[in-house]
Amino acid sequence: MINSSLKQFGELLQTKKISSVELTQTFLNRITQHNPSINAYIALDEAKTLAQARVADTRIAAGNAAPLTGIPIAQKDIFCAMGWKTTCGSKMLANFVAPYDAHVITQFDNAGAVNLGKTNMDEFAMGSSNETSYFGGVKNPWSFDRVPGGSSGGSAAAVAARLCAAATGTDTGGSIRQPASLCGFTGLKPTYGVVSRFGMIAFASSLDQAGPMAKSAEDCALMMNVMAGFDERDSTSLNREKEDYTRNLNLPLQGLKIGLPKEFFAEGLDAGVGKIIEAAIAEYKKLGATIIDISLPNTSLSIPVYYVLAPAEASSNLSRYDGVRYGHRAAEYTDLMDMYNKSRAEGFGAEVKRRILIGTYVLSAGYYDAYYLKAQQIRRLIAQDFVEAFKKCDVIMGPAAPSTAFKAGEKVDDPVAMYLQDIYTISTNLAGLPGMSVPAGFSDGLPVGLQIIGNYFDEARMLNVAHQYQQVTDWHTAMPELALSKEVK
Amino acid sequence: MALSIEDIKKVAHLARIEVSDSDAAATLTKLTGILGLIEQMQAVDTTGIVPMSHSQDLSQRLRDDAVTKTNLRDEFQKNAPALGNGSAEQAVAGGLYLVPKVIE
Repeated sequence: MINSSLKQFGELLQTKKISSVELTQTFLNRITQHNPSINAYIALDEAKTLAQARVADTRIAAGNAAPLTGIPIAQKDIFCAMGWKTTCGSKMLANFVAPYDAHVITQFDNAGAVNLGKTNMDEFAMGSSNETSYFGGVKNPWSFDRVPGGSSGGSAAAVAARLCAAATGTDTGGSIRQPASLCGFTGLKPTYGVVSRFGMIAFASSLDQAGPMAKSAEDCALMMNVMAGFDERDSTSLNREKEDYTRNLNLPLQGLKIGLPKEFFAEGLDAGVGKIIEAAIAEYKKLGATIIDISLPNTSLSIPVYYVLAPAEASSNLSRYDGVRYGHRAAEYTDLMDMYNKSRAEGFGAEVKRRILIGTYVLSAGYYDAYYLKAQQIRRLIAQDFVEAFKKCDVIMGPAAPSTAFKAGEKVDDPVAMYLQDIYTISTNLAGLPGMSVPAGFSDGLPVGLQIIGNYFDEARMLNVAHQYQQVTDWHTAMPELALSKEVK
Repeated sequence: MALSIEDIKKVAHLARIEVSDSDAAATLTKLTGILGLIEQMQAVDTTGIVPMSHSQDLSQRLRDDAVTKTNLRDEFQKNAPALGNGSAEQAVAGGLYLVPKVIE
């Protein structure tokens, strides 16, 4: 039953075959059993979770159920959830209890979904392996010696190991799509501005976007129906008409034009991953799609540009952690300056400090034009590449990550090698475009994700493209053996 | 451009992050690697390209000048850190936050 789709869970609940309390307890039991080894969740509160499940059961009994009512969802620990510890994976916020709800949390509450717990993540979402978390790394459920990807590594492992029905994530440079690829599930980063950032702890505000992490495109569509929407509390939230993201799922793909950027299949792509992506493209041809060769010439510049802009925005956003009103304050200090310096030195981990320092450097007097302004100019070139590409095709496809899950510890001391994990995902964040990763097969027993990039606001079409593939393939239903082998008898 | 230990210390000061001498040396190596990556940008001719700060190029939305926030001071103050320097008490008093004396 744990491998059911959100739609199936909804049917089970609404036909009273199972109660939300029973379903929630099933997942809580799995978490009790598997989380000590996987470390996907960093905050659990059974009493709070079950109270929400009871409310959902009352709502179902009253006949007011929405599609996700009573379904247990894992929330990335970047979202403030009132009364829940909200740490963003950092020692800085290790004792922070959110005094209000993020918009995303409110939307799930209104839908009657159950908050199963808060998931582990790279500290302040800075990382591609979940190894920068103050609360320790997360195991990839497909192979415990490997990373789940990051930064949404806890949500990724929770979805893959079926420790939740679905989860939320955030994606600043690939933090939904890269872990989706490495853990073998479906993840969507929407167009920038579609999901409110209110109450979502800021990393790089012009790039951060929340999205669903779930088993299938259909599940992602149902999650998007809850998560998307205008919120006046986020000044970059787009005031658009509400849409039903499931509306196009069943359209045929006949005539679909798929662009393959040659830069996504060049040096740096693992051969095993490349083979699987080619097989997925072949499947799309069978579904009636036409393949068009395109070029995104500035792809390789997306990493340098990102590692100017994201740290610059982060250095500004993270200046709020000063040890005065909340967060870590040093135990010993002499004066105010010493208190700031020590609180921040102790509260932030190594990668976060590196990025703050880089960001401070590129924004400092004398370097602003050479780095920050230059990066913003190249950002426009990268965005224009996509504008040109979408004149020729409907969606762009390629790998979501250059390799399968790598071993824990392998890249942790080499930031530049770690940054290259996001070579295929970062450019869409810079352009503000939506991107997905869809399970497309296995290379040496490890999952590989096919990336689908759409034009602005084309999420419903991308979900259709992914859903049709999932009607003729079953990669998305594959579950890791380990998660099954420890099932309670 | 090559970074020096002095650059690291200056930037760390601007960022209000204490770095020890040994940390500064290690940080120098890592940041030099990252800046090497960033340097690739300099080969690109960006003459006349308008900088892009935001993907939608929209203007900032304005709202009515009305009170929209509720007073959550007491809730917020529950998250105040411990005072430090031997005191485990929260760094709050009378609805204010306590910091070291700034003005002599």
